[in-house]
Amino acid sequence: MSTPPVDDPRSAEILEPGHTFASVTDKISSIVLTRRTPRFWWIGFLVSFAMTMWLFAAIGYLLIRGIGIWGVNVPVGWGFAIVNFVWWIGIGHAGTLISAILLLLHQEWRTSINRFAEAMTLFAVAQAGMFPLLHLGRPWLAYWLIPYPNTMALWPQFRSPLVWDVFAVSTYATVSLLFWYVGLIPDLATLRDRAKRKFFQILYGMGSLGWRGSAAHWHRYETAYLLLAGLATPLVVSVHTVVSFDFAIGMIPGWHSTIFPPYFVAGAIYDGFAMVLTLAIPLRAVYGLEGFITLKHLQNMAKIMLATGLIVAYGYMIEGFMGWFSGNRFEAFSQWNRLTGPYAHYFWALMLCNVLTPQLLWFKRIRSTPWILWCIAMVVNAGMWLERFVIVVTSLHRDYLPSSWGMYQGTVWDWSIFIGTIGFFIALIFLFIRFLPMISIFEMRALVPAAGVHGEAVPAPGRIEGEV
Amino acid sequence: MSPLPAATVPPPDAGRPPLYGLIAEFDSPGDLVTAATRAREDGYRRMDAYSPFPIHEMTAALGMSRTKLPIVVLVVGLVGAATALLMQWFASAIHYPINVGGRPLASWPMFIPITFELTILFASFATVFGMLGMNGLPMPYHPVFNAPRFALASRDRFFLCIEAKDPKFDLDRTRRFLETLGAHDIAEVEE
Repeated sequence: MSTPPVDDPRSAEILEPGHTFASVTDKISSIVLTRRTPRFWWIGFLVSFAMTMWLFAAIGYLLIRGIGIWGVNVPVGWGFAIVNFVWWIGIGHAGTLISAILLLLHQEWRTSINRFAEAMTLFAVAQAGMFPLLHLGRPWLAYWLIPYPNTMALWPQFRSPLVWDVFAVSTYATVSLLFWYVGLIPDLATLRDRAKRKFFQILYGMGSLGWRGSAAHWHRYETAYLLLAGLATPLVVSVHTVVSFDFAIGMIPGWHSTIFPPYFVAGAIYDGFAMVLTLAIPLRAVYGLEGFITLKHLQNMAKIMLATGLIVAYGYMIEGFMGWFSGNRFEAFSQWNRLTGPYAHYFWALMLCNVLTPQLLWFKRIRSTPWILWCIAMVVNAGMWLERFVIVVTSLHRDYLPSSWGMYQGTVWDWSIFIGTIGFFIALIFLFIRFLPMISIFEMRALVPAAGVHGEAVPAPGRIEGEV
Repeated sequence: MSPLPAATVPPPDAGRPPLYGLIAEFDSPGDLVTAATRAREDGYRRMDAYSPFPIHEMTAALGMSRTKLPIVVLVVGLVGAATALLMQWFASAIHYPINVGGRPLASWPMFIPITFELTILFASFATVFGMLGMNGLPMPYHPVFNAPRFALASRDRFFLCIEAKDPKFDLDRTRRFLETLGAHDIAEVEE
């Protein structure tokens, strides 16, 4: 949230020249306040809303019948529920990376994409959170996971990674919400002041908490924002690390490995950036935001995808290598089974999606062509889902005793709930872009060249960032 | 303000809210910083600046001291860490001990992930609610909102408000002073 120097050559690349404080404000707030809701919005929202209703119906049926309607059974007790949980929570990670880590690294280009990336985080975590709860079998007893003094005199097992997961994911959801809301406060004040209808003035006014842009407030606000970024940065790394512990601490061949935490975190960021691109490319086209979300942004995100994709590819390589090098025949078999066993087609599709396709991003021509970038991002989204499927299912379906081997297939209810969450996620994104500013207005104002101060006789204080 | 019927016109100043201060409007962040610096040099202390985005130079121009927020966050974060460790130790070693092959009950390395998460959670709450509390938010009503053009403070205008409570405040003198700073719209703000 720092003001770039006026002569910063990057400013022109991350914000179209010619914008003023007023034009930035009006352009972003008009999407919410005055412009006609485009047909794209109505169609997209109705389709995703219908999918959401289907999700709720599927969940309702699940609550009536129990998880027997899913494909999970011995030996594969962790089916779609865990695959989808890990996939969704990983998607959220790019939002926190953009809003927190890139802020601390002074990457000003993050400004125009951080708001909806944070919203994406929040909505993805909401989808993720549903799966472990539904997978409990008796979701109405989910509060037993929380440590509280109870008449059963029972406590959760604090040495279990599954309990760590409860703390990690709920902390992550809470901190993401706080971060997102704090970022919204000044923009809600803008909407309050620009809204024409009384109802919206009151609504945005309550959301803005009476923000008035006082210098003393801004000072504490920026400090708080940086502190939150500093807190969210280790948090985001810890969340997927804890998720990977769910696997790595188990003794299943193919899971019990120290590569898991870094490889999971890299995979999360990889997929998260793919999802940001999936959302950003259509949104900038429909709402004419090419001046704010420029090609430079798309190229930068493509580069991060390429880098994290290579880390993930390295993870696959090390998994295979360690399976052989460990000398453990169960590990070796589980790796070989991935390559050639009954789920080999999933594995090779995963290699195609996650390792081969992103190599196209080495070419600048491809990084600067939004529609190709969008296709690659979709392939990566699918690839990361396949990765989680391969990790969960191939390891479980062939464990130590051949007599307990089995196969796993998702049922129509597994697919309904999975695809339903995609609809729910998109419906929430549509509501968000309709009712809240999808780009941080006050941070964009600070990118306008005129935001630099050339006051005479003003001693230049250290930037707040430097002091905190 | 709409004119009242003649019969109910009150005597001048009776029932009129007291003056909160004088607010001046500026075009650019640079002008605002200069104005605040000059006002401070002139001896004014009770004033605040309003801008559509944070201006780092404002901190020095208004002579604000650095916020204590980081200390609050540190303390609450440590409280979070202590809470998590004590809770896990009490539950696992005292209240509900489970002997698993004679392994230690207070197995603190396994308590680290939850301790870490609760530290972050407590510290984040302290950051947000500390910031809001120190800023006195939520505050739905504030006198500066009465300034006629104040809605632009969240768009593209920059305001400096000198409060009537300032010992040096004098309606005419302060107004003339603000005019010398290049403000192009000066208004009285009522409480």
